Amino acid sequence: MDSVTAVLFYAASGLALLSAMAVVAQRSPVGSAFALIVTLCSLSVLYGLLGSPFIAVLQIVVYAGAIMVLFLFVLMLLNVKREEHQPEGRGVGLLAGGLALVFLLQVGAVVLASTLQPGSPAYDASTARMARLLFSPDYLYVFEATSILILSALVGAVVLARKEPR
Amino acid sequence: MNPALVPHAVLLSLALFVIGALGVFLRRNVITVFMSIELMLNAVNLAFVAFSRSWDRLDGQVLVFFVMTVAAAEAAVGLAIVLALHRHKDTLDVDAFSLLKG
Repeated sequence: MDSVTAVLFYAASGLALLSAMAVVAQRSPVGSAFALIVTLCSLSVLYGLLGSPFIAVLQIVVYAGAIMVLFLFVLMLLNVKREEHQPEGRGVGLLAGGLALVFLLQVGAVVLASTLQPGSPAYDASTARMARLLFSPDYLYVFEATSILILSALVGAVVLARKEPR
Repeated sequence: MNPALVPHAVLLSLALFVIGALGVFLRRNVITVFMSIELMLNAVNLAFVAFSRSWDRLDGQVLVFFVMTVAAAEAAVGLAIVLALHRHKDTLDVDAFSLLKG
């Protein structure tokens, strides 16, 4: 059982890494969007393996479902082919890659040196426990504030995307 | 559970974050830049879930829930802005949108 979890974990991790690179390396935005969907789905597998089924399902429904459909909808609507030009030369890309590698090594060394607990086997992140915490006084007001945020985003999106009245 | 999974999840989250940041800095298409930002948000979510698992507390998962809500709102408003930009300039190249440049 444990080895099955490990195999699934590393397979999903590798898939997430590869598709994330495809998101950034891809020339066509529609290709990037599809690669991003693969990344989001493999992250959902990782959430499930780390013992959080609620977040795993939410990832599929909200990210891979709602948000990516919105992205693809806009891409199709604007009929984006590929990027017009790439003015930065090879030097900027190399510099950015080098800096990214330095950052990766530094923070990676810190993570490897830290002693993260593996977590107890009795860890329970069921939807019932999540709901009890989400609607407890600690997070209730934040939760209600997000509903106002969503409402204002809705109104803002309609106002911004509307054609200006002549 | 395999004890190495939590640190490896944090390392994966770090790698995804760096890839997303590279995308933000190197890509020229507004929508691709936007997708790279989503990638960075997801990397942070993975770190939250891993730390939540590591410390046996659910607060990290509640934070992931809020990050997802904010990401949904941000995607809706951001894509509306992209539509408006495309209507004005007829391009999606980030270098074309330099009206606020000093």
